[in-house]
Amino acid sequence: MPAVSKGDGMRGLAVFISDIRNCKSKEAEIKRINKELANIRSKFKGDKALDGYSKKKYVCKLLFIFLLGHDIDFGHMEAVNLLSSNKYTEKQIGYLFISVLVNSNSELIRLINNAIKNDLSSRNPTFMCLALHCIANVGSREMAEAFASEIPRILVAGDTMDSVKQSAALCLLRLYKTSPDLVLMGEWTSRVVHLLNDQHMGVVTAAISLITCLSQKNPDEFKTCVSLAVSRLSRIVSSASTDLQDYTYYFVPAPWLSCKLLRLLQCYPPPEDGAVKGRLVECLETILNKAQEPPKSKKVQHSNAKNAILFEAISLIIHYDSEPNLLVRACNQLGQFLQHRETNLRYLALESMCTLASSEFSHEAVKTHIETVINALKTERDVSVRQRAADLLYAMCDRSNAKQIVAEMLSYLETADYSIREEMVLKVAILAEKYAVDYSWYVDTILNLIRIAGDYVSEEVWYRVIQIVINRDDVQGYAAKTVFEALQAPACHENMVKVGGYILGEFGNLIAGDPRSSPLVQFNLLHSKFHLCSVPTRALLLSAYIKFINLFPETKATIQEVLRCDSQIRNSDVELQQRAVEYLKLSSIASTDVLATVLEEMPPFPERESSILAKLKKKKGPGAVSVTELEDSKREGGELNGGGDRGQDTATMAASNASTPSPSADLLGIRSTAPLGAAPASAGSLLVDVFSEAGPTAPSAAVNDDGFLRDLEQPTETSDSLLVEGSGDLEFVCKNNGVLFENQLLQIGIKSEYRQNLGRMYLFYGNKTSVQFASFTTTVSCPGELQSQLNVQTKPVEPLVEGGAQIQQVLNIECLTDFSDAPLLNIKFRYGGALQNLTLKLPVTINKFFQPTEMTSHDFFQRWKQLSQPQQEAQKIFKANNSMDTEVLKAKLLGLGTALLDNVDPNPENYVCAGVIQTKSQQVGCLLRLEPNAQAQVQHTDSPERVSHNYSSIPNFLHYLSPYSVNI
Amino acid sequence: MQFMLLFSRQGKLRLQKWYVPLSDKERKKISRDLVQTILARKPKMCSFLEWRDLKIVYKRYASLYFCCAVEDQDNELITLEIIHRYVELLDKYFGSVCELDIIFNFEKAYFILDEFLLGGEAQETSKKNVLKAIEQADLLQEVRIFLYHQVAEPIREIDCQLDSSWSRAATK
Repeated sequence: MPAVSKGDGMRGLAVFISDIRNCKSKEAEIKRINKELANIRSKFKGDKALDGYSKKKYVCKLLFIFLLGHDIDFGHMEAVNLLSSNKYTEKQIGYLFISVLVNSNSELIRLINNAIKNDLSSRNPTFMCLALHCIANVGSREMAEAFASEIPRILVAGDTMDSVKQSAALCLLRLYKTSPDLVLMGEWTSRVVHLLNDQHMGVVTAAISLITCLSQKNPDEFKTCVSLAVSRLSRIVSSASTDLQDYTYYFVPAPWLSCKLLRLLQCYPPPEDGAVKGRLVECLETILNKAQEPPKSKKVQHSNAKNAILFEAISLIIHYDSEPNLLVRACNQLGQFLQHRETNLRYLALESMCTLASSEFSHEAVKTHIETVINALKTERDVSVRQRAADLLYAMCDRSNAKQIVAEMLSYLETADYSIREEMVLKVAILAEKYAVDYSWYVDTILNLIRIAGDYVSEEVWYRVIQIVINRDDVQGYAAKTVFEALQAPACHENMVKVGGYILGEFGNLIAGDPRSSPLVQFNLLHSKFHLCSVPTRALLLSAYIKFINLFPETKATIQEVLRCDSQIRNSDVELQQRAVEYLKLSSIASTDVLATVLEEMPPFPERESSILAKLKKKKGPGAVSVTELEDSKREGGELNGGGDRGQDTATMAASNASTPSPSADLLGIRSTAPLGAAPASAGSLLVDVFSEAGPTAPSAAVNDDGFLRDLEQPTETSDSLLVEGSGDLEFVCKNNGVLFENQLLQIGIKSEYRQNLGRMYLFYGNKTSVQFASFTTTVSCPGELQSQLNVQTKPVEPLVEGGAQIQQVLNIECLTDFSDAPLLNIKFRYGGALQNLTLKLPVTINKFFQPTEMTSHDFFQRWKQLSQPQQEAQKIFKANNSMDTEVLKAKLLGLGTALLDNVDPNPENYVCAGVIQTKSQQVGCLLRLEPNAQAQVQHTDSPERVSHNYSSIPNFLHYLSPYSVNI
Repeated sequence: MQFMLLFSRQGKLRLQKWYVPLSDKERKKISRDLVQTILARKPKMCSFLEWRDLKIVYKRYASLYFCCAVEDQDNELITLEIIHRYVELLDKYFGSVCELDIIFNFEKAYFILDEFLLGGEAQETSKKNVLKAIEQADLLQEVRIFLYHQVAEPIREIDCQLDSSWSRAATK
């Protein structure tokens, strides 16, 4: 043993450690340890009482054995005995053992707590610190229960030694983290905050960690800490490097404390007090200035400490996001770091710039560094730095540089590390879609993506390209041509075959004019890949083939031949076999017309959040809303719609229930609704599955006809208010509940009830993302004369909506007199730094205040005749949007709020209603008659929404005489 | 900070301090994974890496790796200097500290750490004050520290001028 040992300080331990180190094999080590354990056990169990020193030595040996990775199941009692020793060193080892090897044995816990209690009240600062360290190290709930009320007292007591205060502060922090419910600051709050003023820097350093944690949870109670923190920070920042003596670290005054102060300030918005704010801005400027000064030392510790403060200051500047000048300066500073020789600084600069990129003030400044960042992506030797560069490129991407960035990311993908490929692929796919002006570029990009990194292209990515091609007819020909060319490659990725099969099956006709890509050439090309593909791809190809038969009758014989061969029709895979058999049969018995209907081109997909984006969100950050959760919430929304509006949705809902849910439909993230009448019975559900992942959208689900691009752009540029028309307008005339609005971020549900001239509306704002919405505000306004007609009152909502959370707002509505406009709901919030702003019409229409009235036929017609003046009467003839189903119409009319009167009109085909509109100033009786004309060639019935919408000013009585139709 | 690990180039764990409650099994798995990840990295690579949902900050001193896991909002550079300050404290206490000092006096390494960091947060950043606390404790005991720096490579960096005249002189 090479040790120089003096005296007898645990010599036995040193010998033991030395023996272990000399063991040549694992077995020898275990043997030596077992020998030692046996020895210790016999000593502990022996008749002779051990002295404190021996006990300490053996406990220490046990600890060593445990730290080597072996299990220890005894010795706890001896360690607890050491706690009550008078000798410091014995006590210390006892505490160390307990801290490392806590055991939930309740008897022991009681003994440990007793020993701690004794030490805490010993008034010996060294013992007190030991006890506090032990509590902080163990941090169990039992300890919190025993000491959480005691420690704040020690922390703020006037006669407590500084070192004990420091331990007490951090001990309390640890207990607060494990059991926040047990740590009640209450009366101590203000005294704890004032520890920021303590003259002992060590006390401030320790206390501020506690204050920061408490402030995050109870910002209001601790908000006085802001001005204290600012003045402390200001004193440190302006001090000379020698002022703070031992708290100066390599010429940097109190770097740890400075960072913690800046961190604490990030729990709060910018100070409201002008003087405090001015002082803080001054500090931040000084920190930025210091970064430009020549270093006071060449040591890396000096620059690290200085830059640690700088980065924390930049975080604070980004957090405030309100000082354009500071933001731009921060960005320039980070720009310098991007080319620094220290890898650590380059890494941090890239990371920090990512957040700067999302601020409207510094986005442009960040963009100027694009070449440097691209260079970093190409030349950095460390994959973690390259990863940061890729993240930053993604964050700084906008319409102006999208093509360049996407191209660079694509070329990086060819050599990218396997660990980050999948994420890179998602990012490229998202950027390409988000900033595609020209969709041929988008198609090229995605096909390149499949070519370069096919294995990492998830289903979401290739589903998405197909959805987009199907929805945009201007790119279909190009897509068919490009995919055809891509398939020429001798070895192409299976994902390429999938996209190729799908697109040629739909749009192969667009390139069939060219003899080089004639139908048969296309088919042969696809079929040449068939045998190399997996079952799902083959299934898709079979569907493409049957589509070919429809598109190109000349290929029918060839394809039937293929379907008929044993490897298809007798395939051991039941899915492939079924497809082959059914398609073969379908192609031989169905007439061209039927075939054309069944195999019609795919209808456009409903627009909604890109499933890729959802996937990326899921990959990032814990607690992100998963795709399936989104799906679930959608479905609920759907039911709500259906419940309130039986009429309109019945047909489509029924169809959607009928179609067998296929696994792929779920993955596509699309409501699977079959196109009405598109699938004749003979085709069976299989066809519906294959071709109809989505049918025409149910009217209620469509949020916005051209909302596709707009939806996608939102996170970056939404300073303009977005007035969303559509669903809110007509859909809610006849119903009170449903989804008012939905995009990729937010869902607004609505529930309302009306009585007399009063109404109550519940709005549910759901955050669909995993990120919190900040500064969430909603305002309801009544534009123009509506102000005097309608009285809407509400309370402000909470400004924060956590990711995945839903908040509720209640509106109280009073109808003063009749009105025609709808109140507006404006919603503003911050999502990841970008301001979102949208305005919706609230579905408050005059008919909501209808009170149904029953009357006899005689009464009805008598009143009807009285209302003969022109302003008392309105008539409208219109075409029916939907089929005139009696039940549907009845439901609508009831939804309108009137009473549906039976046996009133001599013509049973007609519908007759009566109601009284209740306003505060007057009551307006209203009679309605709807006369459908089913005989006319075109379907027509009324759509009562229109009716109710048109009647605006009602003098006294009003009735509607509805269509005796066109075409007479 | 969630935890701190010290391990040798051979991957042997020399010190482990956990500031979050984790089971023994989890601790072992984390240590194993992380030691492997870090040892696989080349010198000159950046000292920070993302690992699960944590940020890892590490630095090698001679034969020992010092590695801290911090949370997302924590400052990487200041964590790096926490490591350095701890190394300075060890160095000052042991006098040119080396790996063997930490092996044979592991309990001291833990005590010094507890004076410097508590519950994962800096408790006292002044070198003098930390050492004073340890010194006071030592005065209460008849401690003898075994010194190995005569035979082993010192931990401290070459350019790091540390005054090791402190109490160890008597024992040499």
